[in-house]
Amino acid sequence: MSRLAAFGRFWWDFVIGDDWLVAVLVAAAIGATAAFAHSGVTAWWLLPLAVLLVLWLSLRRAIRSA
Amino acid sequence: MVEALTIVLAAGVARGWRSALAGLGAAALALAVAVAALGPALTVIPIDALRLVVGALLLVFGLQWLRKAILRASGYRSLHDEDAIFTRELAEARGAARIEHAGLDWYGFTLAFKGVLLEGLEVVFIVLTFGSAQGSISLAAAGAAGAVVLVAAVGIAVRAPLARVPENTLKFAVGVMLTTFGIFWAAEGAGAHWPGSDASIAGVLGFVVLASFILVRLLRRERRTQLRTAELRA
Repeated sequence: MSRLAAFGRFWWDFVIGDDWLVAVLVAAAIGATAAFAHSGVTAWWLLPLAVLLVLWLSLRRAIRSA
Repeated sequence: MVEALTIVLAAGVARGWRSALAGLGAAALALAVAVAALGPALTVIPIDALRLVVGALLLVFGLQWLRKAILRASGYRSLHDEDAIFTRELAEARGAARIEHAGLDWYGFTLAFKGVLLEGLEVVFIVLTFGSAQGSISLAAAGAAGAVVLVAAVGIAVRAPLARVPENTLKFAVGVMLTTFGIFWAAEGAGAHWPGSDASIAGVLGFVVLASFILVRLLRRERRTQLRTAELRA
């Protein structure tokens, strides 16, 4: 069981890393892009802006916790 | 890769080159098997679904790198010091007990194996994602192999940790590239259409570079103000 937990922890650290909020917000932004695109609205601009916001929020969190 | 080289050098100097190189070889073999096994499996997934998943993973992974690089460049995190890491690894390796298996020093073998495997997994991830999304895993793998050979050759030539390599700059560049392709592929996979199709990658790249530099400048200024305020209070 501990090996399984260690395996899960390794992949969590590898993909999610130091800030889980990045993964959550990126997933939400991709979901919003898909929703916009499938309802016929131009959606390419959403992800770059979301990335800028995510990066800024994540940097603020890292600085606060330093 | 520079970090993996530092670990192998520490293992080689402290515990003997035979065990360190055996660990390096075993890890390289395991990574090659991972690419060979996962590569063909990825090519059968529909391209839009693949770009969505690959784009999302690249984006999350790239933002991790970019975040760390921006924090280092703005002074909120210390820069990677390969000399310090080498000294620490060397001290730990010299202090460990000697246990032999199959004529190899087990500590040296395991240290090199784990170091190369863990660092190499990042490379495998990038090779598989870039290669599968562009339809040429073998070309991406050849590029990565070329970089490994180059780092190994420099390591053998200098027989020292690559402290002079501008690692933060390299990681900044990798973070920017991963984020750029992550944005592009994730948006395409989600059904968005980029104006100018593939040509818009240059625009996304410019946007990510500009945003990163602005963030570094803002955080640097904030850091300087914080340090000045702390000095005045002291």
